Amino acid sequence: MRIQSHPILDFQQRKKLAFSFNAQPLVGEQGDTIASALHAAGITTLTHSVRYDSPRGFFCGIGKCSSCLMRVNGIPNVRTCIAPLHEGIRVETQGTYAGLPDAEFQTHSKTTIRVDVLVVGAGPAGLCAAVEAASQGATVLLVDENPSVGGQLIKQTHKFFGSKKERAGTRGIHIATELEGELRGLEQQGHVRVMTEATVIGCYERRAEHHRFGVVQREQYTSYLYDVQCRAAIIACGAMENMVLFPGNDLPGVYGAGAVQTLMNVYGVKPGNRVLMVGAGNVGLIVSYQLLQAGIAVDRVVEAAPIIGGYHVHAAKLRRCGVPIHTSHSIKEVLGDDKVQGAVVVALDEHWRPKPGSEERITCDTICLAVGLTPSTRLLAQIGAHQSFIPEAGGTVAVHDQHMQTSIKGVYVAGDASGIEEASTAMIEGKIAGLAAAVSLGRTKNQKLLSQYHRDLEQLRAGPFGEKPRIAKTKITQLAEVPHARV
Amino acid sequence: MRAYERTGVLSPTDLVLPTKQQLEKGVAILECVQEIPCNPCVDACPVHAISMKDINAPPVNDYEKCTGCAKCVGVCPGLAIFVVKQQGTKALITLPYEFLPVPSPGDVVQALDRVGAARQQATVKKVVKRGKTMVITVEVDAAVAMDIRNIRV
Ligand SMILES: Cc1cc2nc3c(=O)[nH]c(=O)nc-3n(C[C@H](O)[C@H](O)[C@H](O)COP(=O)(O)OP(=O)(O)OC[C@H]3O[C@@H](n4cnc5c(N)ncnc54)[C@H](O)[C@@H]3O)c2cc1C
Ligand code: SF4
Ligand code: SF4
Repeated sequence: MRIQSHPILDFQQRKKLAFSFNAQPLVGEQGDTIASALHAAGITTLTHSVRYDSPRGFFCGIGKCSSCLMRVNGIPNVRTCIAPLHEGIRVETQGTYAGLPDAEFQTHSKTTIRVDVLVVGAGPAGLCAAVEAASQGATVLLVDENPSVGGQLIKQTHKFFGSKKERAGTRGIHIATELEGELRGLEQQGHVRVMTEATVIGCYERRAEHHRFGVVQREQYTSYLYDVQCRAAIIACGAMENMVLFPGNDLPGVYGAGAVQTLMNVYGVKPGNRVLMVGAGNVGLIVSYQLLQAGIAVDRVVEAAPIIGGYHVHAAKLRRCGVPIHTSHSIKEVLGDDKVQGAVVVALDEHWRPKPGSEERITCDTICLAVGLTPSTRLLAQIGAHQSFIPEAGGTVAVHDQHMQTSIKGVYVAGDASGIEEASTAMIEGKIAGLAAAVSLGRTKNQKLLSQYHRDLEQLRAGPFGEKPRIAKTKITQLAEVPHARV
Repeated sequence: MRAYERTGVLSPTDLVLPTKQQLEKGVAILECVQEIPCNPCVDACPVHAISMKDINAPPVNDYEKCTGCAKCVGVCPGLAIFVVKQQGTKALITLPYEFLPVPSPGDVVQALDRVGAARQQATVKKVVKRGKTMVITVEVDAAVAMDIRNIRV
């Protein structure tokens, strides 16, 4: 099910690519991932639960949840939601055990890259960090595991809030293009190197101003290993969408809201025809509206809290399209055996307990969960950065100082990975980390710019919607002040 | 708790309403009542009618200064600005629209209120393209001028 026409996006006719799925011939399009091509062909079951053998589809759509692993050209465990489709490939579902590959792989020796700064993740935070550090004279390697740069921005078709400086009024997709333009300019001048479809898999050595990271780049499903040696590293890995517990939450058709946004706005594929949205924060409200723009019906939005968490303006534009928002309501269970056929929603009392007798059955083929995000911190944990559980930041985060430096000297964090917030603040945090890294490496002394960035951040967080990040960041930076030796 | 925090729907009492004269001139109603970090409407207004204490404060429109030019309508990322101009028993509503199909002047469309209910038929008077946001003016009965906030083509 491809989107034929769209008020914001132009999905042009693209080259057709033939491939096979479990020996069945299928056709996808240039620019598809394997999973988006399968979805367009109506195939949403990609794997099976190892324990229960129940069918599963992808949940996150950005390479983080592992429920899209398939065998491609004989190579097992390919993350099909971020692996580009190529002509003539053989895609197969894996059994309980993926099996050892009979295809040739990992026959190449590693390549060494030496730079001043390694930036992990090319979302708004990583892009700004790379541009800032490179503009200040540092050599930069920017690595992202998705096929394109931009992180979450590449699916955000709505106009952004903020001030002119943070490009308010510009659509997220266009902010991504603008930032990429700046990046490519610096790349042409030789200040930055960009690697996509490449994952930073871990830190393998650490001394003062000398960090060694392993990076695996994929090309046509074959992996190449890089030994990246850098003087500073900025970790901007973003976040993962949260799951909620209810019977049937792993059925194909239950997605993270961001995953559905990726599928429809990046790949032009419809997730289904009728959606139940769970969560009325900004993500739930925005994605609901974008579903309508893609020609997909939204049955309703249910929100467990007594009030709508997102901005009123986002709720209002959904309501005037006729979509109801039910606060103090949640999903009880999913209906359907091997795919979503409906759901039971239920009212909650003031203690957030289901009210008996208030159950309502609704018909839908897709359920989107927009119940918050958790910072991606596994890489930081592996490096050994000091972490702490900060509920207001969305989970466990690396403790960092005002300049975004973690407990490890030369290792910085920025954006959602440092606490869940917004693209606007992620961009400024990225600039701070990039600039601070360049300063510490002696590439620049621009303290004035650094204080300007801090003022910009403060201003964006000053309102009531900035309260949570304000509390989170105060806690985090206070923890960073607790004297512990920087290692 | 305000009702709109639960429902997502504003009532006229949540808004500063223009006087009859101001309505006849045509002014922008800013349906943006929360403190959110946003200010493009302030920059968009050529006569500096919209002001804000700081970027988090809700915008305030000086109806005396506002000319009803609708520049702000296509800029606002919240799609929260509507120009209302009363003309006798009729009223012109200028609203942002980001759906397909895009109507043409002269078309008759459904006029929807803040909960998406079709209240009456409206005639499209003007369609202006602002990037990918269409700024559309429709004519409705003056009696529903403060209720109509969307169209269905
Ligand atoms: C549906 C939705 C709507 C939103 N709407 C708005 C909005 O209106 N306004 C706003 O300001 N914000 C909005 N946000 C929030 C905003 O998108 C995020 O806060 C922002 O994208 C965070 O930027 P980031 O750079 O930290 O992370 P991301 O944009 O998530 O980028 C992280 C990148 O890191 C890469 N990565 C992760 N791990 C590795 C690794 N080990 N190796 C290589 N690469 C890796 C990922 O592939 C990804 O591209 C929205 C978010 C969502 C999900
Ligand atoms: S309608 Fe024109 S004059 Fe009035 S507030 Fe908007 S931009 Fe300013
Ligand atoms: S531009 Fe729109 S959303 Fe932003 S402050 Fe102005 S009225 Fe509110």
